[in-house]
Amino acid sequence: METLLLFAPLIGALICGFGWRLIGEQAACVVATGLLFLSAILSWIVFLGHDGTKEQIEILRWISSGTLDTSWAIRLDRLTATMLIVITTVSSLVHLYSFGYMAHDENFEEGHVYKPRFFAYLSFFTFAMLMLVTADNLVQMFFGWEGVGVASYLLIGFYYKKPSANAAAIKAFVVNRVGDFGFALGIFALFFLVDSIDMDVIFAAAPELAETNLTFLWAEWNAANLVMVLLFIGAMGKSAQLILHTWLPDAMEGPTPVSALIHAATMVTAGVFLVCRMSPLLEFAPDAKNLVVIIGSLTAFFAATVGLVQNDIKRVIAYSTCSQLGYMFVAAGVGVYSVAMFHLLTHAFFKAMLFLGAGSVIHAMHHEQDMRNYGGLRDKIPMTFWAMMIGTLAITGVGIPLLYIGFPVGFAGFVSKDAIIESAYAAAPMGGAFWLLVIAALFTSFYSWRLMFMTFYGKPRGDKHAHEHAHESPNTMLVPLGVLAIGAVFSGMVFYKPYFGSDESVEKFFGISGEKHAIVQPLGAAYAAGESDAKEGDEHHGRHVGEPGEGAIFMAAENTVLHDAHYVPKWVKVSPFIAMLLGLFTAWMFYIRDTSLPGRLARSQPILYQFLLNKWYFDEVYDLIFTEPAKRVGSFFWKRGDGNVIDGTINGVAMGIVPFFTRLAGRVQSGFMFHYAFAMVIGIVILITWFAIGGSAN
Amino acid sequence: MLDSLLTLITFTPLIAALILALFLRGEDEAAQRSAKWVALGATTLTFVLSIFLYTGFDPANTGFQFVEEREWLLGLQYKMGVDGISVLFVLLTTFLMPLTIAACWDVTHRVKDYMIAFLVLETLMIGVFCALDLILFYLFFEAGLIPMFLIIGIWGGKERIYASFKFFLYTLLGSVLMLVAMIAMYLDAGTTDIPTLLTHQFGSESFSVLGIQILGGAQTLMFLAFFASFAVKMPMWPVHTWLPDAHVQAPTAGSVVLAAILLKMGGYGFLRFSLPMFPVGSEVMGPLVLWLSVIAIVYTSLVALAQEDMKKLIAYSSVAHMGYVTMGIFAVNQQGIDGAIFQMLSHGFISGALFLCVGVIYDRMHTREIDAYGGLVNRMPAYALIFMLFTMANVGLPGTSGFIGEFLTLMGIFQKNTWIAMFATTGVILSAAYALWLYRRVVMGDLIKESLKSITDMTPRERAVFAPLVFMTIFLGVYPAPVLDMIGPSVAALVDNYSTALLDSGFATQVAGN
Repeated sequence: METLLLFAPLIGALICGFGWRLIGEQAACVVATGLLFLSAILSWIVFLGHDGTKEQIEILRWISSGTLDTSWAIRLDRLTATMLIVITTVSSLVHLYSFGYMAHDENFEEGHVYKPRFFAYLSFFTFAMLMLVTADNLVQMFFGWEGVGVASYLLIGFYYKKPSANAAAIKAFVVNRVGDFGFALGIFALFFLVDSIDMDVIFAAAPELAETNLTFLWAEWNAANLVMVLLFIGAMGKSAQLILHTWLPDAMEGPTPVSALIHAATMVTAGVFLVCRMSPLLEFAPDAKNLVVIIGSLTAFFAATVGLVQNDIKRVIAYSTCSQLGYMFVAAGVGVYSVAMFHLLTHAFFKAMLFLGAGSVIHAMHHEQDMRNYGGLRDKIPMTFWAMMIGTLAITGVGIPLLYIGFPVGFAGFVSKDAIIESAYAAAPMGGAFWLLVIAALFTSFYSWRLMFMTFYGKPRGDKHAHEHAHESPNTMLVPLGVLAIGAVFSGMVFYKPYFGSDESVEKFFGISGEKHAIVQPLGAAYAAGESDAKEGDEHHGRHVGEPGEGAIFMAAENTVLHDAHYVPKWVKVSPFIAMLLGLFTAWMFYIRDTSLPGRLARSQPILYQFLLNKWYFDEVYDLIFTEPAKRVGSFFWKRGDGNVIDGTINGVAMGIVPFFTRLAGRVQSGFMFHYAFAMVIGIVILITWFAIGGSAN
Repeated sequence: MLDSLLTLITFTPLIAALILALFLRGEDEAAQRSAKWVALGATTLTFVLSIFLYTGFDPANTGFQFVEEREWLLGLQYKMGVDGISVLFVLLTTFLMPLTIAACWDVTHRVKDYMIAFLVLETLMIGVFCALDLILFYLFFEAGLIPMFLIIGIWGGKERIYASFKFFLYTLLGSVLMLVAMIAMYLDAGTTDIPTLLTHQFGSESFSVLGIQILGGAQTLMFLAFFASFAVKMPMWPVHTWLPDAHVQAPTAGSVVLAAILLKMGGYGFLRFSLPMFPVGSEVMGPLVLWLSVIAIVYTSLVALAQEDMKKLIAYSSVAHMGYVTMGIFAVNQQGIDGAIFQMLSHGFISGALFLCVGVIYDRMHTREIDAYGGLVNRMPAYALIFMLFTMANVGLPGTSGFIGEFLTLMGIFQKNTWIAMFATTGVILSAAYALWLYRRVVMGDLIKESLKSITDMTPRERAVFAPLVFMTIFLGVYPAPVLDMIGPSVAALVDNYSTALLDSGFATQVAGN
């Protein structure tokens, strides 16, 4: 069943991409979509039926060289199962949505068949992504990793006539390769250290790696830290974390369903998945954990600030994605991997929905993406409006604070984001990460409501014609929105227990059942004393730890963040809610009450405004220090290095002869070539004769 | 038949060439057609014969197989045989030659001679990989230059004379030094038999010449002499500048053979001679070779970024890819050498296909200028797809054969030197940049240029030429076992012998003593 689940999208991609001439355009797309729904149904069966124990299914031998032995295989545990439902659910809905969205695309002439290509790419992407999450060794994961990169490249550049789309596609691929550079070095280092790249072997060796030193470049490093930092560089590339984030906003050049599937719900979360997958090793790499937290929290903050001022509806959501990924990394970095996966899951629903909703708006507005030309669309496209509203309520974290009825009550983002903020506090009370996340929550609320207000409220702005013809999207687009809405509302509450409930429920869900126990004490007895409203009673129960790699995630004995997060002070628990209200209020002030405020503020703070609008000038700086110099150095090497130095000196003498021969050859034309060849043959014959005589003389 | 299978495989093309030379008369269309069919038939037959080589080869046996030994003229020895390291190069050659012939089906200038040149070239190339006698090897190795020299010089582009002489002089300089070393080897060991030489220990006592300490002694000198020849063939930085010129001027089929097979002779030479015969020399010079390799990867990748000629760009990319090969070889461990051999084979398919891709549009537009193209996808979707596949394979995408070699060589070198591993890994970033940048400029975008408005997609013949290459690239990427299983034991033996020889020579203590 797992194998069928895995290969159904690939089969769909092949049939759709190559077979559409035989079975027709529409049929090809239907086949691809049908197979994806099959895959989704199987995923849910697997997820719900999974009991936490790891399964491994070998498919085919792959690279074997000396002690390196890898196979194509499926590793199924709770992490994989979670990713399976996320990927296949969102993907199948996006396939369905694309029937409506891609129906008439003005980027292609009448009669040009582009839909099968689009569906084939989408299905191929899904296959690569499934390969990534089911990988049992790091090379197969790398296969999926690069496979999704290619799919992303192809889909970003789907409108191949647009220069901006082509540039964005290359940028995405190359920046990701920078991350892959780290990932690959991490794999090499691991192989060097443990002589294998199978997950099980690596995890078993984790405690030992924590004690090992490795010479890498100029210094000796702790092996566990070094490997995890290298792998994390890969994660930063794929998940668009600070420094390597620049490709994600540009990736919005792709069609909107692509943004929803790849650049919001699935591919960009691969980095989070990688970090969680490597939790048995990460637990032994404290420095790497700190780095993950630092990068994650800075990204959450940075992307949120940029999101405040963007005017392109898709870019706002893109920066929002970037920021939310930062949250997930913080969760993983402080050691609550289940919470990172929890937010990954809920985020997939509400962010896919926001993107698809945005797509519906764009569709309605004839591909206008600038929010300054929207306004008052609430009545024109009511279904889309409500979908976006639910998405916004979910991402900003609307819920009822401090109410607990076996689970907190609120939209998906409320539950999972608060879980991260509480964990961040539990790991480092009053630490920078905690504050950055709370401030980012405020900004998130502001830009999300700003988007809503600018789009759906106020007076219509911009092109009158577009507003008059704004129309609600067809059902193929609305149904996916409806399904995702269910996820955006309920997934937080439904999955609270297994991902962020008591230690036992998380352990059971993730298959941790080791003999080893650890006594868990609530954090800081001082404030823990009065918190009886927290979770189910026993504060001194033993926690299972298990061997690294036994469960889907591993939390070392001294890692009690998951437990402590439930005992943080009340004000910490309310803080994201207050941040959300502040953001909402400010957005309301700016975009409903007095719409001249934003302009005035921008004019009074021109430097800050430009700084944010230009995304902290990352692109400009990179162009200046990487892209341009690379081209110039390349040109210099070619003209000066190859041209003057090498051809000039090394064969200076020889090249002096060549023109002479050339002139000679010019006179006798190509007949000369044969003479020359003949002379060479004679030379060789003489040589052999010399050898032969020498040989017989011996 | 199996007794002299190698001879059969090697000389079938030559016999076909003789038949053409002696019996085919005239330059009319019918004669041209028969020349092409004879060549295609002969190369295909050679390929079919070589399949017996594949099926009959026992990978577990690390010695030479299918050995033939005969007395030859003037008391010289004719000895042929293959082991795990060489057998797949033979197959690569026989596999690619029919495709090469099919790719130049539209040539009209001196077709008969053209076919003869390729047939002779095939014999010589197979001979290089099979020869088990020093002189025989040298003969094949050097004579192989001649047909290639002619192919560039007669059927090449405008600057063909300049390019062919540059090609010739470069390789000749290397060969002369190699010849000197061969004579020295012969004087030292008293035989030209390669299997015997493989077990012979050449002197490795350090000595001084003119006050310069020569670490590793005679072995280092011999290593350097061979290195001069192989490094030019690879080609390694900084003796690579002949390659871009040769490629640009060579006709498409010539480029394919040059990139796909001829370059591999250098790598093969390192594995057959340098490492096993001069282990101490290799150990002394290894670091230098590694640094040259990594410079090649970074330097030529950057240069590729700046190219405006499609063929030049792919030629520079070839140099970078050969950098991985030399790096893998001189990592001297299982992953490194497995990877190097795999990379050479895979590069045979991929670079061959890329040059064919250039050929497809060159045949239509008669220019290699990147700026002359743009938006081809609008009229050539099949071409766009195939070019995309090989671009990605060139970039080393997992799932294509390009990945396995690159990955294994990097894995191998990481165990030896992390600095080199780190710099070499930057190659994966740069290759993505130049390859996709090329693809974008040629294939993507709107089709604006008037001259391209009537360009046609690939013909069935062109597709048929690509089909086997597409298959191999993906098949070996997904299931590389057929190659890795064939070479594994022989490589393991090579690595073992290398380290034993190093220990025996007491080189480690010698260095410590210094």
